[in-house]
Amino acid sequence: MLNFFLLILIYTCIYAFMSLGQNLITGYTGMLSLCAAGFFAIGSYTTAILMTKFAWSWWSTVPVAILLSALLGVLIGLPTLRLKGDYLAIATLGFAEIVRNVINNWDALTNGPMGIQRIPMISFFGLKVSPYSKYGFLLLEVVLLAICWFLLERLVKSRMGRALEAIREDEIAAASVGVNVTKYKVVSFAIGAGVSGIAGCLQAGFVLSVSPGSYVFMVSIMVLCTVVLGGMGNFLAVMLGAFIIQFISYLPQLIGLSSVIPAQAKQIIFGLILVIMMIYRPQGILGRKKRDNSRAQAFYDQANGDTRNAGRKDIGLEESGAKCEEEGRV
Amino acid sequence: MGSAGMFFQHLMNGLTLGGIYALIALGYTMVYGILKFINFAHGDILMVGAYIGLFVFDLLRGSSPLGPWWIAAFFIAMLVSMVCCAFLGMLIERVAYKPLRKGSRLAPLLSAIGVSFILSNGAAWLFGTHSRKLEYPFDNSPISIGSVVITPHQIMVLVVAVVMMVLLKLFVGKSKMGKAMRATSLDGETAKLMGINSDMIISLTFGIGSALAACGGMLIALDYKVYATMGTMIGLKAFVAAVVGGIGNITGAMLGGFLLGLLETFGVAVFGIPQGFKDTIAFAVLIIILLVKPEGLLGKVEKEKV
Repeated sequence: MLNFFLLILIYTCIYAFMSLGQNLITGYTGMLSLCAAGFFAIGSYTTAILMTKFAWSWWSTVPVAILLSALLGVLIGLPTLRLKGDYLAIATLGFAEIVRNVINNWDALTNGPMGIQRIPMISFFGLKVSPYSKYGFLLLEVVLLAICWFLLERLVKSRMGRALEAIREDEIAAASVGVNVTKYKVVSFAIGAGVSGIAGCLQAGFVLSVSPGSYVFMVSIMVLCTVVLGGMGNFLAVMLGAFIIQFISYLPQLIGLSSVIPAQAKQIIFGLILVIMMIYRPQGILGRKKRDNSRAQAFYDQANGDTRNAGRKDIGLEESGAKCEEEGRV
Repeated sequence: MGSAGMFFQHLMNGLTLGGIYALIALGYTMVYGILKFINFAHGDILMVGAYIGLFVFDLLRGSSPLGPWWIAAFFIAMLVSMVCCAFLGMLIERVAYKPLRKGSRLAPLLSAIGVSFILSNGAAWLFGTHSRKLEYPFDNSPISIGSVVITPHQIMVLVVAVVMMVLLKLFVGKSKMGKAMRATSLDGETAKLMGINSDMIISLTFGIGSALAACGGMLIALDYKVYATMGTMIGLKAFVAAVVGGIGNITGAMLGGFLLGLLETFGVAVFGIPQGFKDTIAFAVLIIILLVKPEGLLGKVEKEKV
């Protein structure tokens, strides 16, 4: 039972990385990407190939995996920049399918549908981080996740973070106040992709094998579900969402009813979560509606009282953001 | 076989595939034209249509021998399936999309992805994950005309697809309802002010689109099998077809469908793209089109205002 709970936590962390990336892309920049599975796959296969064929250590494969995923992010970002919400979703979905198609067919490198087995365990200064003793692996994940979370929180509170939110609220308005929409969108995509890539490295290090079957469209949907459920634009919330989603998907096994409840039940529940959340609580469990409004109001008051101190551009952005949220937009 | 014969053979295969894509693409394009959103669940409505068609057809033909009754039963099944799917489409619109009409553009899309998941997994749950065969309602042995081999199935697909398209074109272009539909698509608010019941028109659009999807689903189920996720890939490709033709444009969707069918057939047969990468062709086409002509072949450029 405890073992099982640890397993859920380990998968929560893996999905949390993808959700953080997805949250930056969808929650902050407002681009609906359905490519999480693609980045996940790139991360996993980079680690798997480098470790088995070139005997690299797990740690040195991580930066390469991040870079390669980010590169794919840029590759997707550049052509699809001109596309709005729905087109982008399909185009990214197409990219994820292409990635899976390539993995499935490039036998020389990826071993095709068979996948790559016998990936060495992660070692940390000679200490093996065995996936069988789950505590060590979980600790590793939590540390990496904490670092990642900290960096992302810093990022979204910076000038860039404000630019991303401005793009989400209104692209044209953002461009007209001098935000370089193109640049920020690509950068956001690349960073989000890189973070999702780490999830792939961890997956390869935990399962010790990779196969194309683990990188299906369902993964992208689960990640999207996670972000929507937790609350778009809130990193802590999406990590909570990751836990809830993993908990739901393992619940039948946890309570020992996996033979009674069909496998489709959890996917139907995910579908229901998406629909119901969109109708009744589009901002997610931990929505950020209130806080942002009050902050914008403070800015506004300050601006009315003393126009010298407040940066003009910031006021405009925060204000438009608040207005959109009052109208109930996500 | 001469190269000309070969060419016509591939042309025929491509047109058949394209006809099905076009039928499904019409649903995407009509909904997009009015609501400006992609109905992600469209591919799964197609799957539901194929299942309903399969069950009704099997029920009607019973154990009777192959004959004219089978063809009649097939078309009755198609009609039943189209009507059921039309209501299903309207129901989905009412429950999952209508409450979100005023929200962000992301909301209905996410909701649609949810609906798609519910439908495909619900079907897998109810009907099992194995695939079923929809029998040909006629003897499907190939007929050779000159050096070209055509199956009766291909002829039926083409005939049904073209008839459906002509009917739709007439309905949208000539009838009063169609006029209301075009008005709503052009400017929903103004159409409302002119006394058009836009809610009803939106429902109708979903109904017609879903009925066409059911029709396409049954046609494709004859050649491929019926299973719970059959609609996902074909739905995506049909969407690509709609984008290629210019989304929101009915003629464009038909053109895009045929074009995509031809490209896939010729891509594999003539340009030697490996069969494993067949699905990639559609997405590559999509990305190229979006890069070069984002509004599609027949689409209009839309200026966005703040």
